[in-house]
Amino acid sequence: MQASVLDIQGIHKSFGNNQVLRGIDMRINAGEVVVLMGANGAGKSTLVKVLSGYHAADHGQMQLAGKPYSPRDAREAIHQGVVTVHQSIDDGVIPDLDVANNLMLDRLTSGAHGLWVSAKKLRQQASEVADAMGLDIDLNARVADLSVADRQMISIARAMAHAPRLLILDEPTSSLSATEAERLFTVIDRLRAQGVAIVYISHRMSDIRRLADRIICLRDGQISGVFDQAPLDLTAAVHAMLGQAINNADIEPATPGAPILTLHNVELAKGAAPVSLSVGDGEVVAFTGLLGSGMSALVETLFGLRPLSSGTMQVDGQPYAPGNVREALARGVFMSVKDRATNGVIGDFNIADNMTLPFLKAFTRGAFLSARQQRASTEQMIAQLGIVCQSHADSIGTLSGGNQQKVMIGRWLQSPSRVLLLDEPFQGVDIGARQDIGRHIRATAKGRATLVFVSELDEAIEIADRIIVLHEGAIAGEQSNRDIDLNALVAQASGKA
Amino acid sequence: MALVVYFSLAASGFANPRSAVFVLQSVAITGILALGVTTTLVVGGFDLSIGAVATTSLMLAAYCMVVLEQPAYVAVAVCLLMGAFIGLINGLLIVKFRIPDLLATLGMMFLLIGLQRIPTQGNSIATGMSLADGSTAEGTFSAAFLWLGRHRFDLILERLIPVPVVVFVLIAVAIWLFLGFTRHGRLMYAIGSNERATALVGAPVERYKIAAYMISGVTASIGGILLAARLGRGDIASGNNLLLDSVAAALIGFAVLGAARPNAFGTAMGALFVGILLQGMTMMNAPYYTQDFVKGAVLVVALMFTFYLSSRRGQSGRH
Repeated sequence: MQASVLDIQGIHKSFGNNQVLRGIDMRINAGEVVVLMGANGAGKSTLVKVLSGYHAADHGQMQLAGKPYSPRDAREAIHQGVVTVHQSIDDGVIPDLDVANNLMLDRLTSGAHGLWVSAKKLRQQASEVADAMGLDIDLNARVADLSVADRQMISIARAMAHAPRLLILDEPTSSLSATEAERLFTVIDRLRAQGVAIVYISHRMSDIRRLADRIICLRDGQISGVFDQAPLDLTAAVHAMLGQAINNADIEPATPGAPILTLHNVELAKGAAPVSLSVGDGEVVAFTGLLGSGMSALVETLFGLRPLSSGTMQVDGQPYAPGNVREALARGVFMSVKDRATNGVIGDFNIADNMTLPFLKAFTRGAFLSARQQRASTEQMIAQLGIVCQSHADSIGTLSGGNQQKVMIGRWLQSPSRVLLLDEPFQGVDIGARQDIGRHIRATAKGRATLVFVSELDEAIEIADRIIVLHEGAIAGEQSNRDIDLNALVAQASGKA
Repeated sequence: MALVVYFSLAASGFANPRSAVFVLQSVAITGILALGVTTTLVVGGFDLSIGAVATTSLMLAAYCMVVLEQPAYVAVAVCLLMGAFIGLINGLLIVKFRIPDLLATLGMMFLLIGLQRIPTQGNSIATGMSLADGSTAEGTFSAAFLWLGRHRFDLILERLIPVPVVVFVLIAVAIWLFLGFTRHGRLMYAIGSNERATALVGAPVERYKIAAYMISGVTASIGGILLAARLGRGDIASGNNLLLDSVAAALIGFAVLGAARPNAFGTAMGALFVGILLQGMTMMNAPYYTQDFVKGAVLVVALMFTFYLSSRRGQSGRH
């Protein structure tokens, strides 16, 4: 029996009437990676916040290495050795400071540090921290100039500088590419060998398969399953998390109608082979590829956010070269953008106002907006997409990530489009909501061309009739979604084909 | 409004229509300016130049009539155009040159404070003043212009409601309807909350932001016209308190009905609240120099209320 690092019993937490945690018992041992799984709104984030001192539990006890543990704030938690790397990376770094300062930030805030900052000493300590993590970043670079992955590594490295007993990682790979994630996993392996207890939260099956010693599933604020028999039964874990069977989306690829969107010799990256393709009526095409594959260039060109570099595009046989978003919308090209928190959600608005934002003109009677019509349209979408909420007047901030995403996508389904672009529609969305969205997109696909841009292959397989793989600005492969050759797709995406 | 009851009991003569109208009159001009600031707050901006726009408008109106000997309607039209133009410049500075709103409008404020003094060599403008070349100004404030500031409509009592109060109420209702119930208003709130997201649903964000500053400029110039009409002279020192008072009214408005966001109704209430408080205090013989302190205290309390409540709301929403 290994030494227990954290023991918690009967943790309860509620916000108003909303019971988020309803009696959590768990024990985390030294040198163990525990993966916490749960649908959005299951209580994972709240549990993490209780552990890391952001929230106090309403009931229940926690013990850290045998001693009672009830941190009053995040600082106290860190001092006692419970270190958390939060999901949103930019909470973890100061963009205007350089790497060395960012790495040593917690050292600077501790009372033990003197008044004066010695640049030399700071840099020396920072490079020790960086070496320990195997980080290869210029210490003098401004963090704002670094890639997302590097920033993520910095916040993790900083967490490590505390020599934690318990490290909590909340979706650390959500913005990392495969190779960057592998770098992170190596570090996690090393920590595990050193006897650090790790709580790892992720939706990504590949991460879980790679890392987990034990899986704990949360559902509706309670533990719905614990899996610790090797090999870990992931299917059963997903069952426990969702409380239902996932039916592997059996897709019967539709025969596309007349082409709606055609691209001819469009150059996505300098020097790359130009891209030509056509998407037909009723067809759902998924594009996938790694960072830098040209996916974002394609999305932005189609939605008028970057000028067409070369070649031609056509919508319904008419030349199409939008100079801005309004021109794209005028041609019936709609897009649900990625990173909904920065690009989509109007935080101050309720669900109805968020939903109807693009089509306010259609809801205007005389000079004024008709709240009744906004409500009617929103309630219809809430029912169709299965958005979990009290009413259309709920503030958007009260919804879980998956439900917010449903609102963002519902926005563009209220009015018929010719071309619907969905950029990372499953970002931070649990499997249940993902299936709701996928089903609805497929059910309404008739009458438009649908293009879905995803970085995860299994997401593409769940929704598309046809999958196109991009690599370095060119089409690297294309398959109809029937008896997919997964290995071929992976190889094409990484440029090994 | 417990305040009204309290002062009614504590100060005899507080609770009568004349007193109420006096309060309204005292807040009308501040209120009009505050409504303009509210519009810029809605799009996530801030207009510091309103006070200066109002005094410039005041001086310009006086200059048009007294020195250039133009009729009232010309003076009014010129002032309104000036307000819209300044708003346009503010908007362009912010949208095209990407100057942060506070700095752009601060610069504009200085510019205007200086500019309005140049034509008169720093003097106030009054009927019969002597000009730089030694002659005497021939023009006068026309009766029609003074009517704007001094006429009172009959309502139950004879000569009860002054014109500025009517203008204030009309503008308040117009801005309230515009911001709260039209798609343009809704998009402006959306811009204030998440500009990027609003641009990505195809809204012309830049045009809306410029429009907000133009509305602010026009309302400020209306405030200046009314002030000129009430004073009957172009007094360079008369607009000193306008900026702070109207910004305070707009910010106090955040707290009204727990809206926690800029709104026209709240702004009007905020202006009234401050007006009632000051009127009541005056009638209870509180010294004039305590007024700013009281206004400041009200503002800080209102802001605490607003931001504390909205941060709590935000927290419980996330889990």
